[in-house]
Amino acid sequence: MNRILALPMKTVGQMVAAGEIRPGQLADAALKMTVAIKPLNAFVTVTGELLKQQSRDADERQMTKRLLGDLDGIPIAIKDNFCTGEQLTTCASRMLGNFVPSYDATVYRKLKEAGAVLVGKTNLDQFAMGSGTVDSYYGPTKNLWGSSFMQNYSIDGRFHVDDIGRSNGLSGTEDWYIAGGSSGGSAIAVLTGTCYAALGSDTGGSTRNPASHCGLVGLKPTYGLVSRHGLIPLVNSMDVPGILARTVDDAVAILNTIAGPDPFDSTTYKRVYTPIQLPARVDISGLRIGIPKEYRCSGLTNEVESNWMQVGQLLEDAGAHILPVSLPHTEYSIVCYSVLNQCEVASNMSRFDGVEYGFRADEYSTTKELYAKTRSQGFNDVVRSRILTGNYFLLEENYENYFVKAMKVRRLIAQDFDKVWQSGIDLLLTPTMLNTAPNYSDFISQDNQTQCSVQDYCTQPANMAGIPAISIPIKLSNEGLPLSVQLMAPKLCEKTMLAVAKWIEDVVKFPVLVLKDDSLIS
Amino acid sequence: MKLFSISRCYVSNNSLKQNSLLINRCFCNKVKENNKIETQWHSVVGLEIHAQISSNSKLFSGSSTEFGNPVNSCVSYFDCATPGTLPALNRKCVEASVITALALSCKVNEISLFDRKHYFYADLPAGYQITQQRQPIAVDGKINFHVFTPGIHKEPYFKSCKLKQIQIEQDSGKTIHDDYLRKNLIDLNRAGNPLMEFVFEPTLNDGEEAAALVKELMLILQRLDTCSCKMAEGALRVDANISINKCNEALGVRTEVKNIGSVRSVAAAIKYEIQRQISIRNSGGVVVNETRDWDECSGKTIFLRGKESYQDYRFMPEPNLPPLHIHTDETSENKYNLIDAVALKNQIPEMPQETRDKLKIEFNISKSLIIVLVNFPELLQLFFYIIKNNGKRSPNIVAKILVYQTLTFIYKNKLDLAYCFTIKDHLCELIDLLQSEKITLLTIDNVLMEILKDQTMFPSQIIERNNWIQINNDDELRKICQDILNKYPRQVKQYKGGKKQIFKYFVRQIKESTNERANMSQVVQILNELLK
Repeated sequence: MNRILALPMKTVGQMVAAGEIRPGQLADAALKMTVAIKPLNAFVTVTGELLKQQSRDADERQMTKRLLGDLDGIPIAIKDNFCTGEQLTTCASRMLGNFVPSYDATVYRKLKEAGAVLVGKTNLDQFAMGSGTVDSYYGPTKNLWGSSFMQNYSIDGRFHVDDIGRSNGLSGTEDWYIAGGSSGGSAIAVLTGTCYAALGSDTGGSTRNPASHCGLVGLKPTYGLVSRHGLIPLVNSMDVPGILARTVDDAVAILNTIAGPDPFDSTTYKRVYTPIQLPARVDISGLRIGIPKEYRCSGLTNEVESNWMQVGQLLEDAGAHILPVSLPHTEYSIVCYSVLNQCEVASNMSRFDGVEYGFRADEYSTTKELYAKTRSQGFNDVVRSRILTGNYFLLEENYENYFVKAMKVRRLIAQDFDKVWQSGIDLLLTPTMLNTAPNYSDFISQDNQTQCSVQDYCTQPANMAGIPAISIPIKLSNEGLPLSVQLMAPKLCEKTMLAVAKWIEDVVKFPVLVLKDDSLIS
Repeated sequence: MKLFSISRCYVSNNSLKQNSLLINRCFCNKVKENNKIETQWHSVVGLEIHAQISSNSKLFSGSSTEFGNPVNSCVSYFDCATPGTLPALNRKCVEASVITALALSCKVNEISLFDRKHYFYADLPAGYQITQQRQPIAVDGKINFHVFTPGIHKEPYFKSCKLKQIQIEQDSGKTIHDDYLRKNLIDLNRAGNPLMEFVFEPTLNDGEEAAALVKELMLILQRLDTCSCKMAEGALRVDANISINKCNEALGVRTEVKNIGSVRSVAAAIKYEIQRQISIRNSGGVVVNETRDWDECSGKTIFLRGKESYQDYRFMPEPNLPPLHIHTDETSENKYNLIDAVALKNQIPEMPQETRDKLKIEFNISKSLIIVLVNFPELLQLFFYIIKNNGKRSPNIVAKILVYQTLTFIYKNKLDLAYCFTIKDHLCELIDLLQSEKITLLTIDNVLMEILKDQTMFPSQIIERNNWIQINNDDELRKICQDILNKYPRQVKQYKGGKKQIFKYFVRQIKESTNERANMSQVVQILNELLK
C-alpha cells in the first residue's frame, strides 16, 4: 500500500478501473495518514465521515462498473477557503471557525462529480493572507522536508533518506522549515502521500510558493479558466484556484476536471473548455523561452540562481532558444499588489460582521459595537491591518493617489508581458522562489508584509497579468530542501507550458517520496 | 430571525389615501393665495428616484423579487453575502434599464461599469452595495410632462426636466427596530432587488412640478412594464433635494427629504420643506445641509441626520463583474449577442404623451380631461372600450362621465379602479341612456350606487324600477315649472324686480321636486319663457 500512495494518480486510477484496488482501501490509508501527519498540522478539518461515505459510493460504482472516470475514488484535499457543503470552511480564522456553508464551490462540485473523494480541508494563512502558512488560527503547518517525520520515508532515486538534510523535531521548541503558503496545508497533504492532489488558491503565488518549498508541482491557471465560485476571496481580480500535485500529469488531470465556464462566476471564459492532452513525448526544439533579467534580483540565492540557469541550459541543449528578455515593471509589482490587495481585502472583509454567519462577539449594546467587537476578535492582526490600510487607500481623498495609480502600474506590468509575447517568446523561465524554505524562526522574525514582499517577488506578476504559471521541482539543495523553477505562458496557453513542464520533469527526475513501509497506514 | 409582516395592510390603505387625496383636489376650487413674503423666494427642487425593475429574480441572484413573501424566504446565498458567492448580472434587468433609458431619450453607454459603495448597516449583508458610480448604464436624458393639479393650476402647463443619469444598483434589506425587545430585526427579502436610480437635474420649482414629474415617470415605466410603480410597496421611492434662494442670490444650502411614500406626498413634503426653509431664513436663521424624513401622519419633515455623519463610501470597482457591453451602433451587426439597444428601441410602446396627442386629434377632448384620463391607465382603457364598443358614443361625454362621475364614485366608496372593469357594460348602457336623454347627469350617481349594491341589475332596469327616467315631455315639464313658480310668488316678484340670481333657486327647487329627473336644459328654457 505504501507504494500505491506514492504512485501517479493516473496509475492509481487505472488500478481502480482494473479492480486491483478498492477506493475504500485508498480512503482508509488516507485517513490513517491524516492521523500520522498530525504533527505537521496540514489539515484544519479531516472530513472522515464524508470520506467514508464517498469512498463507499465509489466502491459501489467500481463493483457495478459504473466508474465516473480517472479520478473516481481518488483521495484529494481542498484548501479551507473553498466552500464545501455541510463541511466546516474556516479560512483558518476565528471569524469563520463555526462556518458550515450549505453549498459547494464549483471546483469541489466538479471534483465530486468526477468521483474524487475528500480527505479534508487544509490549513492556510488566515483568509490566505500570508506566504508561509504560519498565520493560521489553528497554528502553523510544518514542512516535511528536514523534519523528523521524514524518517518514515525513503526516496526513489539518488538519495537515501539519511542524506537529506537535518532531522528536526516537531515540538514547539525546536526549529523547523515552513511549508510555504498560503496553501501550505494542501502542499503537505499531497507531499506526505495523504492524498494524490489538492486544491490551493493563488493570488500572489500561494500555490506555487508551497509547491516550490515542498518539491511539488504547483499550477496557477489563467485567470478566468477555473471558476472562483465558492472560493472565499482574497483579491477577486487575481484569485485563481490552484493545483498542487506530485506530477505534471496529475495536475493536468485535475485541471481538466475543474476548468471551464461557470454561470456563477461572470469572470470565467465563456467558451467550452477543451481538455488538455499532453503528448507522450514532448519536443521542445525551436521553442523560444525568455529569461527575464529583472528576476535576477537582490535576495536571490546563488543556489536558486544556478538551479535556474541549469534548467535553462538543459532546455537549450535540447534545442530550445533561450533568450534574454525584459519585464521592466517587475520591481513595482509587489508594492502595487500591496495596495490593490489591501483595498480589496478591506472591501471583501466587510461582510464579516457577525450578523448572518460566523463568529459573533458577545455584545448587545448597539449594532456598531457588535460589529466592532466581532471584527476585532474574529480577525488576526494581519487581516485587521490590511482592512485598515485598504480603507485608508480607498478614502475619497486617497483613491487617485493609491488605487488608481496602482491600477495603472498593474496595466504596465501586464503590458510588459504582452510585449514579450508579441516579440515571439513562447514561455518565460524564472525561479519560483528566491530561496529554499526558510526556518520558522527566521521567517517570523519579519512581519507578514515583509515576508510576502520577498516570497512573492517572482510569482506575483503572473497574478497581475492573469497569465498561467507553474512551479516545477528540480532538485534538492545542499541543505536537502527542494529547488524549483517557474514557467509562465500567455493567457490560455496552458498546454505548451504544461508540456514543457513535463519535459523538464522527465529530465530532472526529482526524487519521489515513498513511505518506508505500511506501519503508519495499517 | 423572525419578524412580523407589517407591510401588507400598509399597502392598500396607503394607495387609497393617495388617490383620494388626489381626487379631493380635483373637486375643490380653493386657489392657494401666495403672500408677498413668499414670492421673494425662489425654490429649487431636484429629484432622485429609485424604481424597482420589474423582474422575477433579483439583480445578481436567482431568488424571487415578489412582494409580501414570508420574512427572509427570498434570500439566496449571494443575497445574504455568504462567503465565496459571486454576482451574476440578470440580463432582463439590463434590458429593462436600456429600454427605459431609450424611452427617456438617454444616451445609452456602450460600456458601463459596476462599483462597490461601502457602508456598514445591518440590512446590507456584504457591507457594500453594488451600484454604478463611475460609468452608469445611461446619461443625458429628459422627461417632458404637464403640470396640472385641479384646484391649484387653472390650466395645465408644460415642463421639461433633464435626466442626468440612470444607474443600475441593488437594493438593501429592511431593518425593523423592535423597541420592546430592544432588538433589530432584519428581513433580507428585498436585499439584492434590482433598482434603476434616476438622477434628475435640480430644475424644478416646487412640489407640484415634482409630483407631476413623478406621475409622468410612473406612467412611462408602467407603459414599458419596467416597474410596477407601487409606491406603497416601495417599488418607487422618491428623494427630493430642496433649496431656496432670492432672485439674485446663488443657490441656497439644500436639504434632502427621504421616504416620500406617494405622489401627493411628493408635493406635500416639498411644499412643507420650502415653507420650513423660508421661515428659517425669514427669521434670520440659516438652512443647514441635512437629511430629513417625511412623516406622512404629521405632514412634516423630521430631522434624520446632519452633515456631521458624512459617509465616505470608499467606492471601488466591482471586480467580479466584467464591464457591461451594450450594442448601440445602428450601423453594425450585434455579433456577440450583446443586449441590443437598437432592437429595444423598436419595442418601445406608445408613450403617454403620444396618447394625449392622439386623444386630442382623434377625439378633440379638453386638455385637462385628457390629462386626468391618461393619468389613470384604467380609466383610459375603459374610455377606449366604451368608445370602440359603440361608435355613436360621444367621446367628450364618455370622458366626462369617467373623469367626474366614475372617479368620484370609486373614491367615495373606497373601491379600486379595477372595479370599473367589472361594470364596464353597465357604464356603456349608462352613457347611452344619458346620450339618448333617458336619464339626467344627476341620476348617474344614484344608478352607480344601485349597481354597487346589486351588480346583476343593469341601468335600464334600475331607472325603470326606481322611476328615475328623465322627464322630457314638454307639457309635463311646463306644468312642473309652473307649479314651482306658483309655490314661490314672492321670489318670482323679486326676480321680475331685477334680482336675476334667484333663477338658480327655481332651478334647484325643480331638481329637488323631480328627484333630479327633469331635463334641465329644457327646464331652463321653459323657466325663461314663464318668467318673461
